[in-house]
Amino acid sequence: MAKTVGTSVKRVEDPRFLRGQGTYTANLQLPGMTHLAVKRSPHAHAIIKRIDATRALALPGVLGVFTGKDLIEGGCGPLPVGWSVPNQKTPERHALMPDRVRHVGDGVAAVVAESSYIARDALDLIDVEYETLPVVTDARKAAAPGAPLVHQAIANNISYEWELGDKQACADGLAEAHIVVEQELINSRLVPNAIEPRACVAQWNAPDDQMTIWTTSQNPHPIRVLLSAFTLKIPEHKLRVIAPDVGGGFGSKIFHYPEEVIVPWVSRKINRPVKWVSTRSEAFITDSHGRDHVTVAKMGFKRDGTITALQVTTWANQGAYLSTFASLIPTILYLGCISGMYKVKGIFGHVFATFTNTVPVDAVRGAGRPEAAYLVERMIDIGARRLKKDPWEVRHKNFIPASEFPYQTPVAFNYDSGDYHAICDKVATLADLKGMRERQAEARKAGRLVGIGFSTAIEISGYGPSKVVTSIGSALGMWESAALRVYPTGKVTLFTGSHSHGQGHETTFAQIAADELGIAVSDIEVVHGDTGRVQQGVGTFGSRSGTVGGTAVVKAAAKVREKMRRIAAHQLEAAEEDVVFDQSNGTAYVKGSPDKAKTFFDMAFSTFTANHLPAGMEPGLEEQAFFDPTGLTAPNSAHIAQVEVDPATGEVQIQRYVAVDDVGNVINPMIVEGQLLGGIVHGVGQALLECARYDSNGQLLSGSMMDYAMPRSNLMPMIETGRTVTPAPSNPLGVKGAGEMGTIASTPAICNAVMDALQIDHLDMPLTAERIWQAMQ
Amino acid sequence: MYPSSFEYYRAESVREAAKLLKQHPGAKLLAGGHSIIPLLKLRQTEVSALIDIGRIADLRAINGGMIGACCTYAQVAAAGGLPAALTEAASHVGDPAVRARGTIGGGVAHADPASDLPTVLLALNAKFHISKGRTARVVPAIKFFTGLYETALKEGELLVAIEVDAEARGTGSAYAKLENPASRYAMVGAAASVTIVNGVCTDASVAVGGLTTHAWRSKRVAGALLETTLDADSISKASKRIVKELPDDLLGDMHASADYRRAMSQVFVERAVTAAAARAKK
Repeated sequence: MAKTVGTSVKRVEDPRFLRGQGTYTANLQLPGMTHLAVKRSPHAHAIIKRIDATRALALPGVLGVFTGKDLIEGGCGPLPVGWSVPNQKTPERHALMPDRVRHVGDGVAAVVAESSYIARDALDLIDVEYETLPVVTDARKAAAPGAPLVHQAIANNISYEWELGDKQACADGLAEAHIVVEQELINSRLVPNAIEPRACVAQWNAPDDQMTIWTTSQNPHPIRVLLSAFTLKIPEHKLRVIAPDVGGGFGSKIFHYPEEVIVPWVSRKINRPVKWVSTRSEAFITDSHGRDHVTVAKMGFKRDGTITALQVTTWANQGAYLSTFASLIPTILYLGCISGMYKVKGIFGHVFATFTNTVPVDAVRGAGRPEAAYLVERMIDIGARRLKKDPWEVRHKNFIPASEFPYQTPVAFNYDSGDYHAICDKVATLADLKGMRERQAEARKAGRLVGIGFSTAIEISGYGPSKVVTSIGSALGMWESAALRVYPTGKVTLFTGSHSHGQGHETTFAQIAADELGIAVSDIEVVHGDTGRVQQGVGTFGSRSGTVGGTAVVKAAAKVREKMRRIAAHQLEAAEEDVVFDQSNGTAYVKGSPDKAKTFFDMAFSTFTANHLPAGMEPGLEEQAFFDPTGLTAPNSAHIAQVEVDPATGEVQIQRYVAVDDVGNVINPMIVEGQLLGGIVHGVGQALLECARYDSNGQLLSGSMMDYAMPRSNLMPMIETGRTVTPAPSNPLGVKGAGEMGTIASTPAICNAVMDALQIDHLDMPLTAERIWQAMQ
Repeated sequence: MYPSSFEYYRAESVREAAKLLKQHPGAKLLAGGHSIIPLLKLRQTEVSALIDIGRIADLRAINGGMIGACCTYAQVAAAGGLPAALTEAASHVGDPAVRARGTIGGGVAHADPASDLPTVLLALNAKFHISKGRTARVVPAIKFFTGLYETALKEGELLVAIEVDAEARGTGSAYAKLENPASRYAMVGAAASVTIVNGVCTDASVAVGGLTTHAWRSKRVAGALLETTLDADSISKASKRIVKELPDDLLGDMHASADYRRAMSQVFVERAVTAAAARAKK
């Protein structure tokens, strides 16, 4: 059996997706299904004076209308947070807000009806009287004196302040600098826009006191914990949460959302199955948004380009409430990454996390790390420009040398491995940087605005161990679980707590298990996303599935091998220490006698007949493992973009995009390539197009696909990719996260290229044609 | 996306459609559904009834320069013998799915100010054939587009065809647009049609969209092009005229302000005229 890890096994899940045979939450049809719709606030900030559902209840087919008060009186608790930093002020957030709304889209009532059309009609018949209140939407303005208070009890709208780094070392570094560049940067707000909108179906089974919830989640196990312990309060063993096929998440489906409380609560109330499916319009105003930072940064440089210090002050918009992992993002995942790939002693960051009358902000692909990379990579370019130095050389000058890994940054993280000079050399070669620059010089002579931009960016993925993560704020451990059930005939079901919503785990996890057991990928079925079937789990976010979930599979497989080896020894009448398990073909034999091997089938079947097992060994073959990472992995990348700006219109054309990424060892090159390409385009989207804009009344102006610009294929040239490999030492597979690296690196690469084309310090994103054109006037 | 309820009728002929329109006050016509259906789904509009004219064969054919109102953008884009500006614009509407369903008649009757085809049809001096069942009339483009989502169509009337002249030798047309990055509608659209006789421009027509409440004709640019050789310099000079000729109040939004659109009108008019002139000279 040839090894499959490292080969591009075709995705086993694709045939059903390509044929439209996936099972998404919205596809579920249960007998007696009812349909739920949520009445949402049209105001960004208002007191609910009165809710009158009389007319809605009179509509034939309407089964009930419920308000926030009904849910609270019915036992629902407020939505909890899964991350807490010191002195964090966490306002109460209910699934339906009982007395006050704080962003457009906040739910005030739910209607359940015989059809989705009736439910929608009924929404218009629920009369809600509001008293509108003043509104604030900007993160920095929210903290200014006199700003309207989003929560009366929270002064200055500040949820928490958070610092990281060495203040004195930073001040010293700035003092010794030859030049200090200072820049304000706005990291625009993103709407995640997974292709599948969120949805939730719940079925209450009264005779058994059992609740089953299907939800579009990246992590059904933690959702069950939150539902059981905090919101719905149904005992965990009576609650099954299933996240079936999920069409993309990008982080937005990590969180515990109001509808996951409302839908099952109503199902129990009316004793019928209930379905809610978000419309795209609702998605824009209810899915957690991403980014939205206002930052003032200073970076100090010596004359030779050495970075002496980085000082960062950021106002991070948290929206109206703290979403589940809100305070993880602008703290450790952001400030923890502002050392980038560079050796800088004096780093200090201070974050003000503020409430505003906007949709809550949480993780979106990259989550804090893109904000850090954007900041660092932009500041280096501005510094290089002031120093009249080549930004590529300035980066090289400051890289952490390969000899210094593992490298402890001044901002918390310990980078496991990397060779930053090597990755840069590789991308420069792939891009023919020298030739690229010569052609750029020629083009510029001819008056063409051609720019080249670099980005050398770090990601932190698969973070752990749980002991450390919980000590800095997490309410959950960051382990993962895997179980291998080996059937008598030698076929295997792999149960993983990781969740695939596009990542292809049904293929890659099967590859890992196949190699570890020496059997075929097709002999392994991967089960995920169902708390009723999968023993335990944490889920998929922060590029952790391969590193943490994959390692749990490796560990479980080792237990299977060990049991099989002992069985073989018993049957071959050999000492256990003389018998080896051969991973190349799934057999076990006495060292040197592979001709007398026990096959995978033989050994599996023995656990079923249970008649030739070593004394004391239990029948059956099912092994489970938990993996708690001992450290983190630090994927890294070097990207080069070439753009041309149309001097007449300000439009940007991307002419080349060259990306080399180090994500450690690779399980499935095709899937990793897809992740990186998708990630790159996602980040380019932020650079050039995507931006959620609110008006002064807190209305989302970019609230539909008509106004929220997403990247399309014609935005990109063929992306040229390469890889370097420094295996991660903290996991046996040597893999690092790959799902977010592209997004983190590509945004600054494009922005830097545009600034190079324009020969200016800085423009905020998105780099729309008009913004660029204005800058040229 | 759940519209409120409405009645649905399918008309088999123009006469039947007119009759149904008369019978159902508040009804709207359904052709490709790419304007009305999204509006209904978002509940931005409600109708008592939709009268589907999308399967009337007479409306789905292109005969010479006579384009049935229910011809899709894809059909128009692929048709031979139509002015270049028209096929060019039709091939750039939305995306392939939109072009496969959306119809030329539906689009112009909806009269979105950012829509591509009204601009082109105005520059081409198209004629709009309108029926009320037993009676019919023809309205020139300049009188067809009357305001924001407003046309010369009256209650009970339907657009049955749009007529354009074939491009004779020496005539060329083109369309150029600055797309909204999200919707791909025109933030600035410019269409031009020019005729060259003995090396000199004898006829020119220029229109812009995305700038005012409805497709807008530039007399000054067209006037300045006449009698020139349509060289780069004269096109550039003529195009500049649109900046001041446009009314004070222009459309603008977060994607492109009114000032930016005004500045871009010159750029895209210049591009459209340049491309049209190149075609005329072929």
